[in-house]
Amino acid sequence: MDQKLIELVESVHHRKEPLQFAVGDLVDVHTKIMEGDKERIQIYSGTVISRSGSRGREMFTVRRIVAGEGVERKFPVHSPRIDKIVVKRSSVVRRAKLFFLRDRVGKSVRLKERREKTVEK
Amino acid sequence: MGKGILGRKVGMTQVFDEGGNAVPVTVIQAGPCHVVQLRTVDRDGYEAVQLGFQDRPRRLASRSERGHVAQLESKRQKARAAAGVASSAKAGCEPKRWIRELRGPVEGYQVGQEIAVDTLAEVAAVDVTGVSIGRGYAGPMRRHNFSGQRASHGVKKVHRHPGGTGCSAFPSRVMKGTKMAGRLGGSRVTARNLKVVRVDLEHNLLLVRGAVPGPTGAFVVVRETNKVG
Repeated sequence: MDQKLIELVESVHHRKEPLQFAVGDLVDVHTKIMEGDKERIQIYSGTVISRSGSRGREMFTVRRIVAGEGVERKFPVHSPRIDKIVVKRSSVVRRAKLFFLRDRVGKSVRLKERREKTVEK
Repeated sequence: MGKGILGRKVGMTQVFDEGGNAVPVTVIQAGPCHVVQLRTVDRDGYEAVQLGFQDRPRRLASRSERGHVAQLESKRQKARAAAGVASSAKAGCEPKRWIRELRGPVEGYQVGQEIAVDTLAEVAAVDVTGVSIGRGYAGPMRRHNFSGQRASHGVKKVHRHPGGTGCSAFPSRVMKGTKMAGRLGGSRVTARNLKVVRVDLEHNLLLVRGAVPGPTGAFVVVRETNKVG
């Protein structure tokens, strides 16, 4: 009963179309930021290394390397500030959290690309 | 009575404001409440509005609980009516599970009137009163935020103890009110000046910013804040 009421409260902010991405994806996160009174889109791109939480409180972490320094940014999945997410590349990953990437540098950071099996004909 | 209502704590979650910031909120199922009785200076010596929240099934309610909200057929009642004694107004609703009085002038309130969350729609901030979670017998670190003692450097088996509690030969006793271990929680607590984030009349929900005393499912009194500024 209580959980249903809480879900009801959260559901107001749920996205109509859920963001389609997975751990290991190389993504562009389009975030809306306010500059003065103008709104513009800023793109933050990197690898999704984790998804945590559930329902309206779900978060995801995007890791990228800026000027040789690892940077991680955490976003709420249902944040209205996220305009959209573009998946540039998917990878073959065998775990839900890719924290082992934090210890790696250079070539070893690469993940193997996952190619969709195209069932045509 | 100022603006106020009775409710039940549903739990906490987060919502996003217009700026896209996540706001921590407590969800309160507030009302609908019935005005069960009015206290007046003439009869009771003070003014208050008595509200009732949630129905208690008639089979579980005591006769006095049922008689409090509706006129019961009884010999005494008939005798009083015959003697010309007017009985007090009854709300005519189901017996109530939880009844509380909110002090303040009774103008504009009638017995039997229903009060819903929209009474708080225009209110910017509220005070929420409830009974805090009981934590049993708690040590001084948990109860009074003492620092405890060191982990090493000769400290033996007293790492979470309070240390000294008094002086010396004078006064040769411990001062009254010295903070020590003891019962923690389970007391009436008011969280003041909580911002009202959302009012949902359809589902009788009230969202306030921040935490509210008590466990999930506990009854709380929500009143317009008396904090100035």
